[in-house]
Amino acid sequence: MRYMLLIYTDPNNRPDPGGPEAAAEMPRWFAYTEELQRSGALLGGEPLHDVADATTVRVRGGETITTDGPFAETKETLGGYYMIDVDTLDEAIDWAAKMPHIDYGTVEVRPIMELPDQG
Amino acid sequence: MATLVREFGDIDLAEDATQQAFTEAAATWGSTTTPMSPGAWLMTTARRRAIDTIRRRSNLRDKLGSAVPPLEAVDVPLDDGRPEPNQLLDDQLALIFGCCHPALNQDAQIAITLRSVCGLSTRQIAAAFLVPEATMAKRLVRAKNKIRNAGIPFTVPDRSRLTERLDSVLAVIYLIYTEGHSATEGPALIRGGLCDEARWLADLVADLLPNQAEAWGLSALINMTDARRAARTDPDGHVVLMADQDRTLWDRDLIEAGRRRLAHADQLDDPGPYQTQAAVSLLHAIAPSDAETRWVAIVALYDHLLEFEPTPIVALNRAAAVSKALGPEAGLAALDELRAAADASGELDSYRYFHAARADMLLRLGDHRQAAAAYRRALDLTANESERGFIEGRLALCRDLS
Repeated sequence: MRYMLLIYTDPNNRPDPGGPEAAAEMPRWFAYTEELQRSGALLGGEPLHDVADATTVRVRGGETITTDGPFAETKETLGGYYMIDVDTLDEAIDWAAKMPHIDYGTVEVRPIMELPDQG
Repeated sequence: MATLVREFGDIDLAEDATQQAFTEAAATWGSTTTPMSPGAWLMTTARRRAIDTIRRRSNLRDKLGSAVPPLEAVDVPLDDGRPEPNQLLDDQLALIFGCCHPALNQDAQIAITLRSVCGLSTRQIAAAFLVPEATMAKRLVRAKNKIRNAGIPFTVPDRSRLTERLDSVLAVIYLIYTEGHSATEGPALIRGGLCDEARWLADLVADLLPNQAEAWGLSALINMTDARRAARTDPDGHVVLMADQDRTLWDRDLIEAGRRRLAHADQLDDPGPYQTQAAVSLLHAIAPSDAETRWVAIVALYDHLLEFEPTPIVALNRAAAVSKALGPEAGLAALDELRAAADASGELDSYRYFHAARADMLLRLGDHRQAAAAYRRALDLTANESERGFIEGRLALCRDLS
């Protein structure tokens, strides 16, 4: 089964992005990604820029409304994702629990909806 | 001393506690500070020291003391216990772990376990939990969808996560039992069907996981608690407090089964909250009467339980035991302390058993007016008709006495 692992952190409760702690965390992310790759579970994944750099778009009455910032103001913000393919939710939970930020952040595990084949 | 030996069922403990009480008396009593009744002071102090001593004992065997038929005498494996390796039973266990997966919310875990493991119909489950059948049907559909869409596995978890996952299985079984045992609403106090299902589940999980002490502790607890089922209500369906129960109605076979299961758990040397509660249950089960119950050991066991579960409910049970071990004044003091500590949450003030326990202690002290006030508060908070009848009876008693 395919799962999206959504990586959340609270900007007020995480290592400063430019600081030494965050820098020290980076090699652990690389190692984690490599482990996922080696296991054959990795389908994809990317980090995202901060929500400060987000743009929210709506079209209302034919007019495109563009606003600065994230769609929803929440305490924890999405910082990146992995897409994996494993057999069960337990395996997905195991991968989520191994992420370097898990001691201060959160992972939302979302199963991918498999659409019926259009072919 | 003789009284204490009888109470503790342990000569060494009684001697030590008495010795400590005399030492304290020598240190604290002066010409002006001698207590009004030195004998009673010494007894109470000795009981307090005994509680401390029992609390410090490391395993259940020692905590229970010689009062209890020695637990270590039981043969393991149990002759009525562990089934032969059996694919069908292993599948059953895998199914239970799937239904109680922590990715499901607890209401869903309970509903889907009763439906898929116990084979109850949607209508039966809805009736047991007093919700409309359509509501229960929706809950079950949602649970099944989540299981399918999220890929919740029907497997027994591997060793690394077994303990954590077993916690949620045991919690579901315990909740099914307590819902059956002490219905929160409605006319009947005990919904026996749920108790039967919970006991069957608890025995099954324990039998299939012979090395999991808490699974055996829960199974022991449910067997011994369920042994009192027939005595918990009178023929009219009214609640009967343990102190007033006809102990000849207690099911000796279930008590013995519970005792053996607790013995098995204790041999695994991995203490936990269910085993501790089962030990309390055992002390009740073997007591000839409420007055002859080893309340001092029960207080110590509740102290031990508080280390696992520091909840107001456990503290409330402890306070009730304190009132039996050391007298209603000590019990009320424990309740006051508890209320002061829990005030911030306000949790306790809306809990019916808190007011009922307080009322009982006040009544024993002879303060009928305050007891009646506390019973009225408990009555306001009680939806169970059987319990309401009981409290109304107590209120009438307060009126008659004052």
